[in-house]
Amino acid sequence: AYRTDEGQPWVLPVVKKVEQMIANDHSLNHEYLPILGLPEFRANASRIALGDDSPAIKENRIGSVQSLGGTGALRIGAEFLRRWYNGNNNTATPVYISAPSWENHNSVFVDAGFKDIRTYHYWDAAKRGLDLQGLLDDMEKAPEFSIFILHACAHNPTGTDPTPDQWKQIAAVMKRRFLFPFFDSAYQGFASGSLDKDAWAVRYFVSEGFELFCAQSFSKNFGLYNERVGNLTVVGKDTDNVQRVLSQMEKIVRTTWSNPPSQGARIVATTLSSPQLFAEWYDNVKTMADRVLLMRSELRSRLESLGTPGTWNHITEQIGMFSFTGLNPKQVEYMIKEKHIYLMASGRINMCGLTTKNLDYVAKSIHEAVTKIQ
Amino acid sequence: SSWWSHVEMGPPDPILGVTEAFKRDTNSKKMNLGVGAYRDDNGKPYVLNCVRKAEAMMASKKMDKEYLPIGGLADFTRASAELALGENSEAFKSGRYVTVQGISGTGSLRIGANFLQRFFKASRDVYLPKPSWGNHTPIFRDAGLQLQAYRYYDPKTCSLDFSGAMDDISKIPEKSIILLHACAHNPTGVDPRQEQWKELAAVVKKRNLLVYFDMAYQGFASGDINRDAWAVRYFIEQGINIILAQSYAKNMGLYGERAGAFTVICSDAEEAKRVESQLKILIRPMYSNPPLNGARIASIILNTPDLRKEWLVEVKGMADRIISMRTQLVSNLKKEGSSHNWQHITDQIGMFCFTGLKPEQVERLIKEFSIYMTKDGRISVAGVTSGNVGYLAHAIHQVTK
Repeated sequence: AYRTDEGQPWVLPVVKKVEQMIANDHSLNHEYLPILGLPEFRANASRIALGDDSPAIKENRIGSVQSLGGTGALRIGAEFLRRWYNGNNNTATPVYISAPSWENHNSVFVDAGFKDIRTYHYWDAAKRGLDLQGLLDDMEKAPEFSIFILHACAHNPTGTDPTPDQWKQIAAVMKRRFLFPFFDSAYQGFASGSLDKDAWAVRYFVSEGFELFCAQSFSKNFGLYNERVGNLTVVGKDTDNVQRVLSQMEKIVRTTWSNPPSQGARIVATTLSSPQLFAEWYDNVKTMADRVLLMRSELRSRLESLGTPGTWNHITEQIGMFSFTGLNPKQVEYMIKEKHIYLMASGRINMCGLTTKNLDYVAKSIHEAVTKIQ
Repeated sequence: SSWWSHVEMGPPDPILGVTEAFKRDTNSKKMNLGVGAYRDDNGKPYVLNCVRKAEAMMASKKMDKEYLPIGGLADFTRASAELALGENSEAFKSGRYVTVQGISGTGSLRIGANFLQRFFKASRDVYLPKPSWGNHTPIFRDAGLQLQAYRYYDPKTCSLDFSGAMDDISKIPEKSIILLHACAHNPTGVDPRQEQWKELAAVVKKRNLLVYFDMAYQGFASGDINRDAWAVRYFIEQGINIILAQSYAKNMGLYGERAGAFTVICSDAEEAKRVESQLKILIRPMYSNPPLNGARIASIILNTPDLRKEWLVEVKGMADRIISMRTQLVSNLKKEGSSHNWQHITDQIGMFCFTGLKPEQVERLIKEFSIYMTKDGRISVAGVTSGNVGYLAHAIHQVTK
């Protein structure tokens, strides 16, 4: 989760404002939402992902399912795909997840009933960047109709995203091999500070004519973690197909949670549908993104000033909340035991944990770990 | 071409269809008796005062929005267990239970269903009463279990077919799963009497069945939370380690906030910890962790003595209004001159009432009187008000005389 420069959680000012508006509006009640969710939320959420001028929206061939966070959106999408994709109830369809990925991706698709979960090359530890060739090779070799889980931006946990040019190559292979794109978009806006930039890959795939799913989370970019606000955006060939898809997703939702929680969706819908509140939100998002970007550049420059062995440009080239530092397990152990700096054995650090107060200490500690431990 | 060309259009929801048709009707006297949500005597949704107060407290507290634990808000889950089991319950005091927050009743039922599919290897069969809530069947089916039934409702008397139920239940294969409605049976409104519950407990114990209680109306049925939880508590006292799904949608009016809980009564606290760990493993790939708002409201109400007192009064108020509408409907039918026996309307309890009306009669009520209900003759008493109960009685009399 995001932390301020004082190391504290941050409730976005626009969220506080809108919550107060909701609290003061006694015409509101707690009635059930429709099964697919709050209509104003669904439309706005998908519009944020696809863009105001999306051809798919203009052509009325998109659908939305309000879900419990990004996880809930992934699960509804996975349950639908297992029932209806590549035949009926074809649990043998391969599902490809990046190596590494958010560890819950695997569990979501296993619990949805898929039997053949595979990894695709992604992180190149040697060069500390994207293993594009490995990725493309895996796509070439994947059975036709395989499902690929793609991180829309700010790849978790590596922070390493394909460039637009690399995305184009990925899309070309996927189109040729009839591979299904299932995007996980948990950091739109939070990654670069720009909603459009962070949605570039999803929108590119749409413009290339793909049918796709995009699981969206508003946990980070709205700071609404515990209200479980998510959306599954469905892009199809035409209205009729999308309507049938949604009718079946409705059945899946009905036996999972019946209808989604109201509070978080109201906050997001109110914010996104008011030009003024939207502008305030955009500003809040940029505040978070900018702080993370600042911490990245400050950490990198300190490491380079210290002359820490190795290259550190990956710290600023990576994006989003997480960074794969390149520290090995022994070095990580040193950081934890000797320096009391907590990070994952993979060398993944949460950039939100950095503050102007601790930057020097963290940089010096990394320097020690790298020079003392091999 | 599309990946989805072969995807069939899902069937329209039967209950939603009722509301859709109701909305289109321009008759000023129209009544929506399909709605599964409480309405006040003006036919309006009712936000409880204790809920408003809890919300005001929350607004002033300026809490952060950090993720809840996977199992939910601890103050909420503990209070939920205490509400269901009773503060003096041995099971509660000893800690030999685990309660996790669920997405209202449905989400809690589903967690339990998934848990049974993964860990209850003795049987795949879930026995539901005939009839049961329409969503029970698909929930258990989607979780990978099989559905069976036991006799429950007697359409001839519009009441409990107790001998039929006992007969069927006594023949259920050992170690099967049986689902029981704790109170205010949905859709019939027919509940066993306490002596009947005692016999039911004895036979499920004899058959060694796993008992799954669905309690969606605690407090809302009789107006008394202890009375409505009597069966749940009795079964536990008899040494039956039940599992339980609770909902706060109706008794706190928190419908859209999705506040619910799933409980497993265990042999001991150590077993409860192991069960809890597995429940979390099931929940994480569904939605990671549950939504805060509804659980926080419910928790504040349950844990703040003044608000809890106020809640008990308000939930009794809702229950009393429903009971009063039942009474008025019967007396109005008598006034209309109906010669039929309508006693079942006041014998039944909770939000719903199986009127005994046949599909053709329901059809006439819809077409001639703009009174909307489901084809099975089920009405939501919550949709009846002192302003329209006379019209309803008149209409029912017209189609049944």
